[in-house]
Amino acid sequence: MKQVAIVSGKGGTGKTTVVASLAYLAGSAVTVDCDVDAANLALLLPGVDGPPQDFFAGERAEVDPELCSGCGVCASVCRFDAVDLDPASGLSRVDPLACEGCRACRLVCPTEAVGMRENLAGVWMLREGPTGPLVHARLGIAQGNSGKLVARVREVARDEATARGIGLVLIDGPPGIGCPVHAAITGADLVLAVAEPTPSGEHDLGRVLELCRTFKLPAAVLVNKADLSVQHSRRIEAQARAAGARVLGRLPFSPEVPRLLARGEPPFPLVPVAEGMNRLWLQLHALLLEPANLASQGGT
Amino acid sequence: MRLAIASGKGGTGKTLVATNLAWHLARAGSEVTYVDTDVEAPNGHLFLHPDGVEETRFVVPIPALRQGTCSGCGACQEICGFNAILSLKDRVMVFPELCHSCGACLLSCKELALTEVGREVGTLRRGTAEPGIRFWSAAIDVGEAKSTPLIAGLLDRAEASAVTIIDAPPGTSCGATTVVRSADHVLLVTEPTPFGLHDLELAVELCRALGRPVSALINRSDLGDRRVHDWLERQSIPLLAELPFSREVATAYARGELAARTVDELRRSLDHIAGAVLEGAP
Repeated sequence: MKQVAIVSGKGGTGKTTVVASLAYLAGSAVTVDCDVDAANLALLLPGVDGPPQDFFAGERAEVDPELCSGCGVCASVCRFDAVDLDPASGLSRVDPLACEGCRACRLVCPTEAVGMRENLAGVWMLREGPTGPLVHARLGIAQGNSGKLVARVREVARDEATARGIGLVLIDGPPGIGCPVHAAITGADLVLAVAEPTPSGEHDLGRVLELCRTFKLPAAVLVNKADLSVQHSRRIEAQARAAGARVLGRLPFSPEVPRLLARGEPPFPLVPVAEGMNRLWLQLHALLLEPANLASQGGT
Repeated sequence: MRLAIASGKGGTGKTLVATNLAWHLARAGSEVTYVDTDVEAPNGHLFLHPDGVEETRFVVPIPALRQGTCSGCGACQEICGFNAILSLKDRVMVFPELCHSCGACLLSCKELALTEVGREVGTLRRGTAEPGIRFWSAAIDVGEAKSTPLIAGLLDRAEASAVTIIDAPPGTSCGATTVVRSADHVLLVTEPTPFGLHDLELAVELCRALGRPVSALINRSDLGDRRVHDWLERQSIPLLAELPFSREVATAYARGELAARTVDELRRSLDHIAGAVLEGAP
């Protein structure tokens, strides 16, 4: 089984469109949406979801008003401004959106009024889609456990691929370079970074490629909307090569792409975009079939 | 007035709106601070080009053992909610990347054997951008997992002005929550696609959970459908501006320039936003 993580650093460069298109071109793949706090892949890969599965991670503090004396020690030790005294009742109260579940308040409470409860961090779903199974999730609002939920959906995706004998897992990554991105790329056979030819695109690609080097993962680059700036596209390609990442292709800008996406369709009716996607898939396929190609790029 | 420019979905144009709005207001004579809190992918400096930038390293506290005082009782390991500290016979092992800097292990240690040391996780930058904007940003070190403490530290240090514009990170998890919580008003930048709508709904849910007033801007408003417009109307969320796709704006952006300098239409939209958000509730 090969796992390809599609990331970008900067948001909105076209990760999800590329993942959905590659899934169609591959014919059969497990897709997994790891942008769990703004998951969009399910909008492009229709199908029927199985029942939502609860995902618990971490704990949240809870104060029993019967036991609380209102001494306020809990509030004084909380470093997340999650505990204060309710001016009305004089008793301690916890803001569950700010609490990180560290248990410091429970530790110091002289009346044992603080308990910890399991935290429902989100839900995940398994969808039967046109290109194979899609694993997607929804992180609860203001939750901080996105990395753990990403690890969970990737585990489900790998299990599905193994059980069904599917050889390719396509990972739709989150933007940025932080915790959920680490969880999305760890153990991937290849990281494909989608970049756009702007100063922001160039800047953020640099950080994502540096992250791949830190994690010793082979990286490749796709330049999206390449014709919007020939100058920046060239610079991005040079930057990729300097970082030991292969440039796997470039896609043209087309104002029709968002219009098709608005109808929930991948951009295949648009000939230049579809040709670009097809070339990308052929290159990617060749790279995955030839492990030596991957090994020669990693860990520089 | 602290105005957060946020989005849910990445790449909708937060930085475009935030940097141009900061410049436009400062040029009209307002005292303006711009804070780039997208610490994983900070881009504001590419358009505001701040001068006289001073850098400071940002540290978070993590536990460390004082010499020879540990009894190996295991209380620290037991209390830690993040598996960040391991108790051995006469010492502890700390896993810095798992630590949330909560201090619970220090409170749990009867021997008072634990202290805290600083661990560098990122860089804070301050400078001045034309015309007189106080510029603040931060970048998390590549390989670091948790950006929220750096975001909170940045928001803490950045001096507020009459108008403080906070460029938010994408998403609806911890980083975005920290930013929305610090703001008086949230302007959500979206795009008229199902992706934009889906993530807008989540962002609105976050702002409402935190009790922050919201308004919206639709970027590339002609490249998509009307569902975002309809949804905003049903939710009674003020739509402050629509920016149609413009080659002129895209070209300025690609050059690292502020489009408001040259595009009259963009300046008119920014005026409208300023009028609605800054002079009373929209």
